[in-house]
Amino acid sequence: MSRLLRGASLLGGGATDVLVDEGRIVALGTDARDARADVVDADGLVLLPGLVDLHTHLREPGREDAETVASGTRAAALGGFTAVHAMANTSPVADTAGVVEQVWRLGRDAGWVDVHPVGAVTVGLGGERLAELGAMASSAARVRVFSDDGKCVHDPVLMRRALEYVKAFDGVIAQHAQEPRLTENAQMHEGVVSAELGLAGWPAVAEEAIIARDVLLAEHVGSRLHVCHVSTAGSVEIIRWAKARGIAVTAEVTPHHLALSDELARGYDPVFKVNPPLRTAEDLEAVRAALADGTIDIVATDHAPHTREDKDCEWAAAAFGMTGLETALSVVQATMVDTGRLGWSDVARVLSSTPALIGRVADQGRPIAVGEPANLVLVDPTARTLVDPAAQATQATNSPFRGRELPGRVVATFLRGRPTVLDGRPCDETVEVHA
Amino acid sequence: MRHLLSAADLSRDEAVLILDTAAQMAATQSRQIKKLPTLRGRTVINLFFEDSTRTRISFETAAKRLSADVINFSAKGSSVSKGESLKDTALTLQAMGADAVVIRHQASGAPHTLATAGWTDCAVVNAGDGTHQHPTQALLDAYTARRHLVGAGGTQDVTGRDLAGLHVAIVGDVLHSRVARSNMQLLHTLGARVTLVAPPTLVPVGVQTWPCAVSYHLDEVLAQGPDAVMMLRVQRERMSSAGGGFFPSALEYTRGYGLDARRLAGLPDHAIVMHPGPMNRGLEISADAADSPRSVVVEQVANGVAVRMAVLYLLLSGTGPATSAGDEVADESGTPEKVGTGA
Repeated sequence: MSRLLRGASLLGGGATDVLVDEGRIVALGTDARDARADVVDADGLVLLPGLVDLHTHLREPGREDAETVASGTRAAALGGFTAVHAMANTSPVADTAGVVEQVWRLGRDAGWVDVHPVGAVTVGLGGERLAELGAMASSAARVRVFSDDGKCVHDPVLMRRALEYVKAFDGVIAQHAQEPRLTENAQMHEGVVSAELGLAGWPAVAEEAIIARDVLLAEHVGSRLHVCHVSTAGSVEIIRWAKARGIAVTAEVTPHHLALSDELARGYDPVFKVNPPLRTAEDLEAVRAALADGTIDIVATDHAPHTREDKDCEWAAAAFGMTGLETALSVVQATMVDTGRLGWSDVARVLSSTPALIGRVADQGRPIAVGEPANLVLVDPTARTLVDPAAQATQATNSPFRGRELPGRVVATFLRGRPTVLDGRPCDETVEVHA
Repeated sequence: MRHLLSAADLSRDEAVLILDTAAQMAATQSRQIKKLPTLRGRTVINLFFEDSTRTRISFETAAKRLSADVINFSAKGSSVSKGESLKDTALTLQAMGADAVVIRHQASGAPHTLATAGWTDCAVVNAGDGTHQHPTQALLDAYTARRHLVGAGGTQDVTGRDLAGLHVAIVGDVLHSRVARSNMQLLHTLGARVTLVAPPTLVPVGVQTWPCAVSYHLDEVLAQGPDAVMMLRVQRERMSSAGGGFFPSALEYTRGYGLDARRLAGLPDHAIVMHPGPMNRGLEISADAADSPRSVVVEQVANGVAVRMAVLYLLLSGTGPATSAGDEVADESGTPEKVGTGA
């Protein structure tokens, strides 16, 4: 069945009609005519390529009490995503072809978005020996992104080997930059607020020292490096320097590190406890500027659902992490678009085309053009949404934006032409039919 | 005042009211019958997740002298050690009808969470949380300093007086010390000038915004003639690699930051030596200093009971005379609710 998106603002530009059929874009503008097509009124809505998240925790297998592939990907579709990369820190760890294929199949069966499993760099995230990266790369899941996220590959020799090894299949190491000795028992960013609150500090240098080492390693062995969740002004400076030298480094920032600062820890509410920690106002400004000037390539959610019992406790006992799939686009609009630092075509770049390139996902993040796969999202930038975790599709309630009004709303999401979200609501029936 | 969570929450007038009330409480403690009927029928729970016999006994004595029923709840050997959460413990205490919870916890912010998470409507008194705050220690230290250093050394009535003009040196492991944080803030609120003295490894990053001076040199600060020198306990394990390697050896620490006989002799005649206890004799404080006539360490312990009586009284009795005087009680608006708000 063909579908006509009428009057959509293409990447925030002029209104145009888009005709979708058989999972592809078949016509644009005045050519887009089909009397039998289902019409979606897209007047006033911005049309973007479906969003691609390079950093999602779906928790399955192992922590289905916090999130499942089905619940997490449904949340992703509502957030405008058509592909997510599922991080490897599950139980069991995604460090074998068997586990990554399991996650990949769960994603395919759920049908909300394409799920691309991330493979662990080291066995069991133990940081001691390489996992079978080649087996994961050649599995049905075709893994290209490898990460011990949640833990840092801190052994420099192991990191060097990993960077070198994945060149054989054009993979990339996504590093969680956290020097472990400098962050033992660390609870929040080390600075004025941690000094006052008496919470053990997490110095910026613990992130920056690893990034500095890794860009030099990547240069030395001629490999691709991706830096997860950049959070400090110093990290930005190092990445800017590395890019100027021609080092193949890419970097991501999370929505929460664009929007929230360490001042929020003052209430000891663990919903604001996250790894890496929320940083200072100066760091916020630095990562926003870096995203605007391209030093930071992409926004990735680091969606980290947790059960209530893991957050309903004293700060030190709480788990690190925040949900983000359903608020990411709104936070980017609030911090970057509404402030004039990015246009909608830039949003398409940082939330779709570049993450797809980094993850080597061929059929996502494509231009909106005839013949391309119809992975699309329609956004109403004038809407305002009050964030209510209980009303979200994610199983978890640990949204740091709860109770806040954010701009923008995802109206519709299409995965290869099939609607996963329409009128802002999940298409449970269609998705099940196609599962 | 609804809770006592942090010394930083106290205004000058609230702090002075607590000190004045403590003075009235102390006056009753020289009577033969020390018990007051003030909190008869009220229940105070001492909820101690961390061992602290001294502080617990002090609070227990204070509550009993006010005729409150006291229940001691120690985490060791209780359901807490079997994995019960702070939340369930709080709900349990609430269900048992506690009026006040005195909490000692190893996690910074745990009393704040207990007071603000909606689990209980008890008054919460922070008896020390992690490396954050220990407000009753700061109050008893301020009370002790006022007795000795304000109003011509105890010869005049000091009711209503603060600590304006005094200079207090706080020496030792500031980084890990809730006593240092609480004292620094309360002394500042009461008008005293504070100098923190520590090796650079034991000064927190971010200290530059604190309302005090910081020095790495004890002898230079002592040469300024401080009115009080407050020595902080230094844990010996801090020098090991596993403990963080904050200083090379106990001997080197003592040479640089220990209060020994020589440094003691250089203090002004009126200056007092304080220590929150328990002391490491020979490490941060020598026996000469600990046992000298300048030392008010034992008196600090005695004053702790009076100050904690004052705090429990002001939190629990609402308005009304404590001991026939002092009927001014801070209202609830005195303690701002610090709930996480948006950036």
